[in-house]
Amino acid sequence: MNPTLLRAVSSRLFWPIVMLVILVAINVVAFPDFLSITVTDGHLFGSVIDILRNGAPTFIIAIGMTLVIATRGIDLSVGAVAAISGAVACSILLGSPDPGAVGTVIVAVAAALVTSLVLGLWNGFLVSVIGIQPIIATLVLMTAGRGVAMLITEGQILTVDSAPFKSLGSGFLLGMPVAVVIGAAIFVVAALLTRRTALGMLIESVGINPEASRQAGVRARVLLFAVYTFCALSAGIAGLILTANQTAADSNNTGLFIELDAILAVVIGGTSLAGGRYSLAGTLVGALVIQTLVTTVYTVGIPPIVTMVFKAAVVTAVCLLQSPATSAAVGRLRYRISARTSRVKEAAAS
Amino acid sequence: MKKIISIAAVGALLLTLAGCAGGSTSGDSASGPKPVDQLVVGFAQVGAESGWRTANTTNIQDSFKEAGIELKFSDAQQKQENQIKAIRSYIQQKVDVIAFSPVVETGWDAVLNEAKAANIPVVLTDRAVDSQDDSLYESFLGSDFVEEGKKAGQWVVDSYKDSTTPVNIIQLEGTTGAAPAIDRAEGFADAIGSDAKFKIVASQTGDFTRAGGKQVTEALLKSNPDVNLIYAHNDDMALGAIEAIEAAGKKPGVDIKIVSVDAVKDGMQALADGKINYIVECSPLLGQQLVDIVKQINDGKTPEKRIITEETTFDQAQAVTALPTRQY
Repeated sequence: MNPTLLRAVSSRLFWPIVMLVILVAINVVAFPDFLSITVTDGHLFGSVIDILRNGAPTFIIAIGMTLVIATRGIDLSVGAVAAISGAVACSILLGSPDPGAVGTVIVAVAAALVTSLVLGLWNGFLVSVIGIQPIIATLVLMTAGRGVAMLITEGQILTVDSAPFKSLGSGFLLGMPVAVVIGAAIFVVAALLTRRTALGMLIESVGINPEASRQAGVRARVLLFAVYTFCALSAGIAGLILTANQTAADSNNTGLFIELDAILAVVIGGTSLAGGRYSLAGTLVGALVIQTLVTTVYTVGIPPIVTMVFKAAVVTAVCLLQSPATSAAVGRLRYRISARTSRVKEAAAS
Repeated sequence: MKKIISIAAVGALLLTLAGCAGGSTSGDSASGPKPVDQLVVGFAQVGAESGWRTANTTNIQDSFKEAGIELKFSDAQQKQENQIKAIRSYIQQKVDVIAFSPVVETGWDAVLNEAKAANIPVVLTDRAVDSQDDSLYESFLGSDFVEEGKKAGQWVVDSYKDSTTPVNIIQLEGTTGAAPAIDRAEGFADAIGSDAKFKIVASQTGDFTRAGGKQVTEALLKSNPDVNLIYAHNDDMALGAIEAIEAAGKKPGVDIKIVSVDAVKDGMQALADGKINYIVECSPLLGQQLVDIVKQINDGKTPEKRIITEETTFDQAQAVTALPTRQY
C-alpha cells in the first residue's frame, strides 16, 4: 500500500465515505437508474435529489448539533423544537384569512423562528447560567416540548393549504429543492462564521476545557448561549421544512427521533461526543450516509421487519471502522510499512 | 397557627375516610341493576395522538353525557404505566364499569386481575389485549382490521376484474408490529390472493404518518415506475403518497390508483377531489355502542365477547355527499 492511500485510510472521514460509496453501489445494482437525474417540469428529478431533499432537515439540525457537541454539550430537544416551530407556523396560517398570501407565510415563518430562538435561549440559560448538565437540561424541553406543540395544535393534525408555505418543503429554486438550498446556505454561513473567524476555535476551546478557556479570557457563557440558540434555530428551520413537506403540523410525529439521527450524523462525521474538534464537512457526510441508508431500504426492498437490524448493522460497521482501536491498527500498519521501505532504501544505498 | 392547620388536616382526613366509606357501601349494592343515572364508568384513553383519537374521545364523552351516565375520563399520553394507574384508581373508586383502549397488547394481566377481584367488569375498546385468560374482560368493542383489509382488497379485485394485464401494487404498511398493520396486510392479501394478475411489487412501512408515506412512495415510484395501484394502511400515508405521485409528474387517482383505510376528514377530502379512489372506514365513533354494553352489563346480561364497530366504505361519489357532515 502506498503512503498516500494510508494517510487517506487513517482520515476520520475515510470510512464514512467508503460506506456512502458502498450504499450508492448497492442502490445502483438494485436499481440501475439510481444515479440518473432528469429534468421534470423545469426542476431536477431523481433518487439522488430525493436523498438530498429528505436528508436536508436532519443535516440542518446536525449542523447546529455539531457546534453544541463541540462545546461538550448535547441538545436532545431539537425534535420537539421542530414540532413546536411547525405547529406555530401552521396555526398562524390557519388563523389568518388568507393562508396563501406570501405576507402571511412570512409572518408565520418569522413567528416560528422567533419561538425557536426563545426555546434555544431557554436551553442556553439552563446550561450556561444555571449549570445543569446539557443532557438533562435539554431533556426537559424534549419531553415538555411535544406537549407544548400539542397545546398549540389542540391535539389535532393541522392541515394547511398554502402554496408559498408548501414550497419550503417541496418547492424548487433554480432547479434545486428549496430545502437543499436552505441547507446549503446554513452550512456555508456556519462554516464561514466558525472557520473564517476565531469563533470555531473558541467553541473548541470551551469543549476541550471550559475552566481553562474561561481563565484565558474566553467568554464561555456567551458562547454556550450562542450555540444552543443556533441549534434551536436550525431545529426550527428543519421543523418548518418537515411541516411544509407534509403540508400539515403533526405534533406527535414531526421530527420524532430526529435528535438521534442528527447526533448520529455528527458522530459518523468524526466529531467526538467528548467535545473539542469538530468537522462540519464530516457532518454532511454523516447526514448523507443516514439518508442514503433509508433510501436503500426502500430501493432494495428490505422487509420492514429487518429494517432496524440492517440499519443497526451499517451504523455499527461505520463506528467500529472509525474507532480508535481500528485507527491505531492502521497506524501500526503504516509505521511497519514505512519502516520496511526505509530499511529497503538503506539496503539499496549501502 | 400550627394547631389550626393540624386540626384542619385531621378534619380533611376524616372527610376523605368518610368519602371512602360512602363509596364502598354504594359499591357493595352493585349486584342488581342500578338506575342508569347512578352508573359511573371509568374510561382510560390512550392519548390524543391523532385526529382519529380526538374524535374517538369526543364521541365517547358525548355519548355518555347524552345517556346520563357519569364518565370518569383519563388520558394516558401513550404510556402504559399511566393507563395502569388510571385503572387502579377506578378500581379504588369502585366505578361500575371500566373501559379502556390498551396502549400496547401485553402486560395487562395483573391490573385486570385486580379489577376482576374487585368485581368490576372491563370493556376493551378499539384495541385488544394479548392475554391467555379471556375472562379478564367482559367484551372487546372495536374494528376488525382483517375485515378492513379484505374490503380494500375486494374493491381492487372488483375494479380490475375486466383487466387482463398484471396489476402492480405498492403497499404502504403501518408501524411494524402494530395490530392494524399486520391485520390490514393479511386481509388485503387474502382478498387478492387467488388471482395471479395482482402483484404486490413492494411493501414498506410508512409508520402511519404523512411524511413516512411520502418518502417511501417517492423512492418506490422510482424503483417501480410501472406501478398501477397503492394500498395504504391509513389515510395519512395515502395523503403523503399523493404528494409523491404529484411530484413525479403523475396524476394520483388516475395514473396511479389509491386505496386506503380510515376515512378521516383530510382523506375524505382527497377522495372527494378524486385523488384517492376508495376508502374503507375505520370508525372512531363507538361511544353509543359502548353505552349499550354498559347498560347490558348493568342489567345483568352478558354482552357479546367481540363486538365489531359499525363501519362502511366510501367511493368518490359517496365521499362528496358524506364530507359536509364528517365529524373528524
